[in-house]
Amino acid sequence: MAIGAGLDRRLGRRTVLAGAGAAAAVGAVGFPSIVRAQSKSLKVGVYGGYFKDSFDKHIFPDFTKATGIAVEAVAEPTGEAWLIQLEQAARAKQAPADVSMMSQVAMLKGMAAELWAPLDPAKLPNAAKVKPALMNKYPDGRLSGIGAVSWYITLVTNTKSYPQPPESWAALWDPANKDKLGLLALVSNSFLLDVTAATFFGGSKHLDSEQGQLECFKKLAELKNNVKLWYRDEAQFEAALKSGEVPMGQYYHDVTGLAAADGHPVRSTFPKEGGILDSGSWAVSKASKAGDLAHVFIDYMCQPQIQALLSRKVGTSPTIDRSATDLTDKEFAAVSSDLAPIVPRYDLYVSKADWLNQKWTEMIVG
Amino acid sequence: MIRRAPRSLGEHAPILFPALMLVVFFVIPFGLMIAVSVARRIPGGFYEPDLVFANYERFLSAFFGGVLSFSLELAALVAVVAVGIGFPFTYRLARLPRAAQVRWLVFLLSILSLSEVIIGFAWSTLLSRTAGITNLLVAVGLMAEPQSLSPSFGALLAGMVYQAFPYTVLVLYPALARLDPALVEASRTLGASPLKAFFTVVVPAQRNTIVATLIMAFVFALGSYLLPQLLGRPQHWTLSVLITDQAIYQSNMPFAAAMAVFLVLVSLALVGLSLLFGRKEEA
Repeated sequence: MAIGAGLDRRLGRRTVLAGAGAAAAVGAVGFPSIVRAQSKSLKVGVYGGYFKDSFDKHIFPDFTKATGIAVEAVAEPTGEAWLIQLEQAARAKQAPADVSMMSQVAMLKGMAAELWAPLDPAKLPNAAKVKPALMNKYPDGRLSGIGAVSWYITLVTNTKSYPQPPESWAALWDPANKDKLGLLALVSNSFLLDVTAATFFGGSKHLDSEQGQLECFKKLAELKNNVKLWYRDEAQFEAALKSGEVPMGQYYHDVTGLAAADGHPVRSTFPKEGGILDSGSWAVSKASKAGDLAHVFIDYMCQPQIQALLSRKVGTSPTIDRSATDLTDKEFAAVSSDLAPIVPRYDLYVSKADWLNQKWTEMIVG
Repeated sequence: MIRRAPRSLGEHAPILFPALMLVVFFVIPFGLMIAVSVARRIPGGFYEPDLVFANYERFLSAFFGGVLSFSLELAALVAVVAVGIGFPFTYRLARLPRAAQVRWLVFLLSILSLSEVIIGFAWSTLLSRTAGITNLLVAVGLMAEPQSLSPSFGALLAGMVYQAFPYTVLVLYPALARLDPALVEASRTLGASPLKAFFTVVVPAQRNTIVATLIMAFVFALGSYLLPQLLGRPQHWTLSVLITDQAIYQSNMPFAAAMAVFLVLVSLALVGLSLLFGRKEEA
């Protein structure tokens, strides 16, 4: 979706830049891959906007210096739009990007279609340090992807409207917050079912049964009156949060921290139930002819000093244990938290995708 | 100029190019969409070619019926309001001196260069509590405290009419500029007030133009998917928004295609009906 295009590019963080992505894909498909293989270059897909800009600036030049592999960065739209483009290109034996940063739901869907080339752990010594929860595997155990970046979605507030920070996700349900909230508009990116389960039903196990899922939907329907904005576009919510137009909601921890550092009256709070930990993985398209170079790249990205660099420069939470990095407490707090996170039930968002989507849409539209 | 119907290939030639373009840019994509709409969805994945109607079945529910009828009503309302404002405006515009007309038309054309995103953000700021027009009303003492007017149905309607208005004027302009001033003069000579002359002479004389413009604005508004997200609440999301969700976020192409096919067919039927209705009236 082109909503974020043309706005302040830092605002467009994980914003979908479908236009740019599509154009890049078309351009990329047109190139003969032989030329690329000979010149040792790798096409890497990263989320367009903020992520791509940061990687272009802080990561790719050093990688090229260290390995001699040139990186051609491809701006990809978040999640499934890019997945569809990769899949369709793979049918034509083309890879618009060799390695792509993919959301977890897109990873699982790509796995269902056998889109990802299996990775070889022997060629990825540094990947052993990556947290097990951030490794993606095919049902038969083959490695399909490895955690690239992770980030937190937390409870954010405008400090002028809320002098005291909220303590729990339950604040979203507080009748005093009528018409005050900005929440993500889709069941599969807001993870509010997971939040509801963690806040009121003792954890994500409650989502195992359909009964439990329906209970969470019922509980969620109670906060509808509090929501002023169901947003698909981050820039829209961020602007409204800064101005106080929509003074509370869910948003990215690190981006909110950056906005606060710029002097905007906003804050990010890790509720006592934990922040939502979302992540992106590196995955290699089965149509890619640069598998070896892709392994070199993924291994490079898993190194502790690179993960620390990402935390400092890009604002992502490290994919490896904190103790392996040289991050200070302050640097770590800016991107992460020691509180146990709410890890979304990605499996549900794939196996029951249509049903959850239908229930969700009926709930918020109806 | 040939007055009889064209017979030879050479006489058909002038329409070959547009016909070809219609096939390439409408018939083929629409055919592909129909093909995708009956494909079999692989849950958690993509789709395979097939001939199943599950996607249409899913669509035929009270929920989607409600969304579809809201989309149609909204588009119709946008068309009526845009033409309701645009017609008198264009009528006055066509009577201005040439230089003033050009300035207005250039201004309207420049609105067309704004993207839907910018229009949406501009209206949401304009209607916001923190920076919007209610602050002006408070400043002049008409309101006690600033209010947020967006997201709401009014905000959405305003944004969509704003977007459709330039198109409306540009479609109405040629017909109204060619309108013979003698018609109005004659009715005035016979004692009609300017208002009466406008409604009993100008409007009926331009009936076909008005119908054509309404249809254009209606179809244009029906496709809007960004403004309902930016300026409306979830109950104001149009079918186009849900199609986008399915296609982009749920990667459910077959269902998105089925909804899109349905939307195209319904709007074609409505356009056809209004044309048929117009022709009967004429006869």
